[in-house]
Amino acid sequence: MNDATHSQGRIFPLSVVIVVLTVIWYAGAVYLNSGQLIDRYNKRSVQWDITQLAADAWSMKRPVLPAPHQVVRELKKTVLDQKVTSKRSLIYHAGVTLSSALLGFVLGTVLGIGLAIGIVYVTTLDRSLMPWIIASQTVPILALAPMIIVVLGSVGITGLFPKSVISMYLCFFPVVVGMVKGLRSPEPMLLDQMHTYYASRAQVFFRLRLPSSIPFLFASLKVAIALSIVGAIVAELPTGGQGGLGARLLTGSYYGQTTMIWAALITASVVSATLVSIVALGERTMLRRLDGGQVARS
Amino acid sequence: MSDNASSSDTVVQIDQLSLDFDTVDGPVHALSGIDLAIREGEFVSLIGPSGCGKTTLLRVIADLEKHSSGKILVNGVSPDQARQDRSYGYVFQAPALYPWRTVTKNVVLPLEIMGLTRSQQQTRAKKYLDLVNLSGFENKYPWQLSGGMQQRVSIARALSVEPQLLLMDEPFGALDEITRDHLNEQLLELWRKTRKTVVFVTHSIPEAVFLSSRVVVMSPRPGRVMDVIECNLPSERTLDIRETPDFLSLAHRVRQGLKAGHSYDDE
Ligand SMILES: Nc1ncnc2c1ncn2[C@@H]1O[C@H](COP(=O)(O)OP(=O)(O)OP(=O)(O)O)[C@@H](O)[C@H]1O
Ligand SMILES: [Mg+2]
Repeated sequence: MNDATHSQGRIFPLSVVIVVLTVIWYAGAVYLNSGQLIDRYNKRSVQWDITQLAADAWSMKRPVLPAPHQVVRELKKTVLDQKVTSKRSLIYHAGVTLSSALLGFVLGTVLGIGLAIGIVYVTTLDRSLMPWIIASQTVPILALAPMIIVVLGSVGITGLFPKSVISMYLCFFPVVVGMVKGLRSPEPMLLDQMHTYYASRAQVFFRLRLPSSIPFLFASLKVAIALSIVGAIVAELPTGGQGGLGARLLTGSYYGQTTMIWAALITASVVSATLVSIVALGERTMLRRLDGGQVARS
Repeated sequence: MSDNASSSDTVVQIDQLSLDFDTVDGPVHALSGIDLAIREGEFVSLIGPSGCGKTTLLRVIADLEKHSSGKILVNGVSPDQARQDRSYGYVFQAPALYPWRTVTKNVVLPLEIMGLTRSQQQTRAKKYLDLVNLSGFENKYPWQLSGGMQQRVSIARALSVEPQLLLMDEPFGALDEITRDHLNEQLLELWRKTRKTVVFVTHSIPEAVFLSSRVVVMSPRPGRVMDVIECNLPSERTLDIRETPDFLSLAHRVRQGLKAGHSYDDE
């Protein structure tokens, strides 16, 4: 099957899902905003019908749930009609979030791979480290993030890095788990075979363990890259004023600007989805090289 | 006395070798009091029922398993030293190919590890792929080959190290009878050409008798040698020899040896 027919086969179900979601969203906007509106109608004792209600529900200034077209208008206003360097541009804020997320992702991946190598090769690390790594993820990041920012700030580290630390904190976990599994995935027979070749540890690592771990690594990286955005946004909440999608969310909720919140949320998910797709593309390319095109064929 | 027995052309010298595995339900006597001397250029088959320690014995020779007592010399040195000298090639029951490497890249894997130059690697890969009749498949990936072809790649890879000793653990066990017959002929041909010493594990009596200059019959619990049968079949032989009286009487002796170990009925 070639790529063209493949994507054609996907477009139809995808559009159906989008249409259904949009309809539900519009209905939801009417339902959620109706309370406020009906109160207002009653106070002013105006006559109303369902068309009136829908029209009003879809054009409120501070709706509980804004209608899709309001969010689209907000997106147009903050994405297309602004210079990217302006503080009012969502692209600017997305850029702020993206840069700290990416730095955190890279740091987390490096840390995760490093820890995994340690765990696989050093027995004492396997016993001592893994419980801590698991415990680290049971602490709610929302509670931890302000402390990390404050602690790092008090020793003079501010700006991008503290935010990246929070992304890193979320990212390294799936990478450790995936890489440990991946580095241990070669069959005993293949390891015995390396033993008969009198291969050094480094040779076994680079020729056998590392290539065997690549599929596991990429599965983890897809989770990690999405988490890195979550981490960056969470990190921006306590540092409110400095920009980023998290700051937009905070400002939006502060002023009851739900449209602004939704626009930021949608931007965040578009950014995440794009990043995950890029990792998935990298994955496909790597796997194709790893098995000489068997994946590509099937 | 056994010291005198090891002459200069002995490739594998095993004296009173035993091996016990410690398991949760107590020790398993996988090998017990094995005596065996394999001379240069011999083709020796190990045959016996499942669990009699054939793989374990081969793994001791290859330094993949440590014996509990007794003595073993490979090429006159300890198995560990022999492994460091890369003096043997080991063919596993499964092809054990790397899916991300082409046929050639698989064959040169041990050569990369030994640090041969690129051109040496290529020359050897070509030579040994030729020898197992796989020229033309150099750039294919393992999944593009049949099971029999994959096993031949694995044999070419073991040969590429140019060891004097070839250890093979049921290399054709997973293949169908027709492919197996064909590969048996090819292996015999290869042995005639290269005069390697081969230690070959099998379950099949005809396979053992057809290929071997000597058949070692083993029995389980504890794993020990029941009988050693010299097979002096003419060195130029084809599969047809399996119908001859000489062949059949050898096969009969092997079967008797297996029965003497009352192998399957003491479970
Ligand atoms: N790593 C191990 N730990 C414990 N026991 C083992 C181990 N390897 C083998 N054994 C035991 O040693 C005995 C000999 O096993 P081995 O694999 O050598 O048999 P085999 O003759 O090769 O059998 P098969 O023909 O089925 O391959 C068996 O009883 C087996 O259960
Ligand atoms: Mg076996």
